[in-house]
Amino acid sequence: MEMLEAIGLGSAEELFDSIPQDLRLQRPLNTPAALSEIELLHSFEQMGARNSGARRISFMGGGAYSHYIPTIVDHILSRSEFFTAYTPYQPEISQGTLQTIFEFQTLVCQLTGMEVANASMYDGSTAMAEAVLMAERVTKRSKVVASSAAHPQYLEVVRTYVQHAGIHLELAAFDETTGQSWRALANAIDDTTAALVVQSPNFFGCIEDLAGLADAAHAKGALLVVAITEAMSLGLLKSPGACGADIVVAEGQSFGVPLSFGGPYVGLFATREKYARQIPGRLVGEAYDKKGRRGFVLTLATREQHIRREKATSNICTNEGLIALGATVYLETMGRRGVQEAAKQCAQKAAYAARAISKVKGYSLPFTGPFFNEFVVRAPVKATELLRDLGDEKGIEGGIALSRFMPDRQNDFLVCVTETNSRKQIDALVEGLATL
Amino acid sequence: MTINKVTTHISQNEQLIFERSQTGRIGYRLPALDVEEVDLNIPSEFRRDDDLEGMPEVSEVDVIRHFIRMSTWNYSIDLGMYPLGSCTMKYNSRLNERVARIAGFANLHPLTDEHDAQGALEVIYELQQHLAEITGLPGISLQPAAGAHGEMTGIMIIRAFLDARDGAAASHRRTMLIPDSAHGTNPASAHLSGFSVKTIRSTAEGLTDLEHLRELCAHGEVAGLMLTNPNTLGLFERNIKQICDIVHEAGGLVYMDGANMNALVGVARPGDMGVDVIHLNLHKTFSTPHGGGGPGCGPCCCTKELAPFLPVPRIVKASDTTYRLDYNQPKSIGRVKAFFGNYGMMLRALAYTLTHGNDGLREATEAAVLNARYVAAGLVEDYEKPFTGSPMHEVVFTDKRQSRKGVHTLDIAKRLIDYGFHPMTIYFPLIVQGAMLIEPTESVGRQELDQFVAAMKSIAQEAVENPELVLNAPHDTRIGRLDEAAAARKPVLRWKPS
Repeated sequence: MEMLEAIGLGSAEELFDSIPQDLRLQRPLNTPAALSEIELLHSFEQMGARNSGARRISFMGGGAYSHYIPTIVDHILSRSEFFTAYTPYQPEISQGTLQTIFEFQTLVCQLTGMEVANASMYDGSTAMAEAVLMAERVTKRSKVVASSAAHPQYLEVVRTYVQHAGIHLELAAFDETTGQSWRALANAIDDTTAALVVQSPNFFGCIEDLAGLADAAHAKGALLVVAITEAMSLGLLKSPGACGADIVVAEGQSFGVPLSFGGPYVGLFATREKYARQIPGRLVGEAYDKKGRRGFVLTLATREQHIRREKATSNICTNEGLIALGATVYLETMGRRGVQEAAKQCAQKAAYAARAISKVKGYSLPFTGPFFNEFVVRAPVKATELLRDLGDEKGIEGGIALSRFMPDRQNDFLVCVTETNSRKQIDALVEGLATL
Repeated sequence: MTINKVTTHISQNEQLIFERSQTGRIGYRLPALDVEEVDLNIPSEFRRDDDLEGMPEVSEVDVIRHFIRMSTWNYSIDLGMYPLGSCTMKYNSRLNERVARIAGFANLHPLTDEHDAQGALEVIYELQQHLAEITGLPGISLQPAAGAHGEMTGIMIIRAFLDARDGAAASHRRTMLIPDSAHGTNPASAHLSGFSVKTIRSTAEGLTDLEHLRELCAHGEVAGLMLTNPNTLGLFERNIKQICDIVHEAGGLVYMDGANMNALVGVARPGDMGVDVIHLNLHKTFSTPHGGGGPGCGPCCCTKELAPFLPVPRIVKASDTTYRLDYNQPKSIGRVKAFFGNYGMMLRALAYTLTHGNDGLREATEAAVLNARYVAAGLVEDYEKPFTGSPMHEVVFTDKRQSRKGVHTLDIAKRLIDYGFHPMTIYFPLIVQGAMLIEPTESVGRQELDQFVAAMKSIAQEAVENPELVLNAPHDTRIGRLDEAAAARKPVLRWKPS
């Protein structure tokens, strides 16, 4: 009341005098009354308990992965100084965030083998869509050929983004034997093609021939866009940059980000230096003050919406800063050797699981292409029913039924193995398949 | 004896992690591989051959010190008032953080069968219901990951609606009207949806120019209007109903940028004003943390007529106690993000809504507006206030008086740092020369508001008496003003081994 009086008002209602009376809500909001901390926690704990999927041994991947998260990751991103800060528009009092992003950009470049990376995108799927838009800007061509073995939800997002951009999106089929799509992609290219878009490892887990695709794309003046959903594969597989990719996008969730029912995750976006001014989103660069001290600032902002408005390279503003910080802490903690070790364990354990499952009577692996830590299994029965029984009876999330995305693949399911799956868990999965 | 600051202070000079790296150091521990190691069926040409050279090799304590030292270089809400106009930097409850970390949510895979994720879907559904009530707009998707993403979604919905309504004739309706005071994301999002942009002037009062709006609407090609309300000058568009009528009569739809909903929650609803579609920023109005630039969550709320065009899947009630994903929406614009959006932000926003309760939500709005009015009253003697109208949750001032002495908005902002405050939003909105947009939010008490006002008054005085002091600010930070022009001319965007 004192403050109201100080500004010459008699009641809180008068604060809203500029809103016409007939537009003001004349009743309380029809939302619940306030809960105490005890009641609130109880209510959320109860809802959390209804997510039986979260308690099971899991072999689910398909764009979201269960990897080990070092304890210090959450500790550091829970620091007030990081999680309650805004976008670093005032560099003198934001150097913590800015230097972290500079390290994040460097790590993304190192892993992808690229020259420039931005400060993050919303996730892998939107990063892929932004890569397609950027390829159109760079080449001024309108046809884009994407692999049908890319994550189906990523393809849906790309379709949404390009529908009004004058881009003609074509899909290249995957090979029913190998599970790879690179041949069809290379064959689909012509002089009007802006980009080939390939995911590797692809949605089926199969590794694509990126170097061959880069050559095919470049021969026609097109760009190669490589998408990665399982970023841990970068610890073992040749980087897309080394294969000749022009734009690399990835989902960074594998680097220390909880599953959290699909988000928030973090999109990685990297490209060649010559395209730096076409990149969407924020960039952090090195700068110096008058005394010659090194610091970091948001830079090349003339690409961005707050300056270029409708001519900006993207409409993105808020990105995934805190999740990028988490990924940075993860990558620095695991370090050079930890990322290699985790990637190796993923691949070895997946190979072990694939060998064991393929020996179970009635089960086979339909694709022959090399894989990292995900592979498709063909069951003798409908995969949805098999997976439901595995969950209900054995407490195992055995994978993802492909029929959810591809109705003609009723018996196929996608299995993912990471360093968090012990041999005992893998054996339990194999035994479950054998006995159900 | 004089005491000098030790500029080589170790925690003030933390290097890049790459410069700290020492071959052979590790900070992780994984269990030993428990399956027999075999030759992987991956051809050597598909394998990495650079041994990840350059990636850091450090210990756990190296990492901890690295980040804790850098953290001390950041300003944050938990340190004090963060009056960034248009950004709504309010307190982030620790309880909400705890809720987001409950194992039943944090460990849940997004492709879990809906039967095994009922609690997670219930959270989405419940939050949708509350946001529908708060906005007065019943169709909702929580899929967009940020405000700009929600904008793009909303504008694509308008486009899809017009295409469905008008058929081929819709191809003549491709103009989006946007006020000159709008956020830059508005025109960028309109462009992504295939619209060209026409700018509407603001009046001397700082409101949408109705005459200009009528004039632009007379041409017939108007698809819609993107309007922020309260607008970016902190003023409520009191003619909003008339504005919506004009656009509707011209065959267009009205999109509202919900960045400033912190001025309206519990007091007035966009749906009651005639707005067709709006986005919210859960990372502003609903207190989910900004995290140094994200993540956000930008729900898109719309009328019943537009609901069929929302992204898929929709999260709907299947029975009294069960929820399901509805993909059967043939008119949908499609998916805008993999999975369900930034789910962790939804948990926090629902917790915010439930801990405040319906009366608490309104009280927060009252406090936010009261605080802005209090600052407005406190500074009006010392700074130019370009618009006389009563501001809502934020207020714009300019450097008009100070600039006569050569002290500009940027300098005032930098000097504010020396007083321990984060600066306000500067040079936005673009239509106000030397703009300083101040939004205190409800998360600040009278004492600190008084301190802020005192600091600003003091700077106004310094600008007259000792302008050099202001021009060279900040004086007390780890580094001084950085040469941003040089940084952009020859950008160094990553570390490289020397």
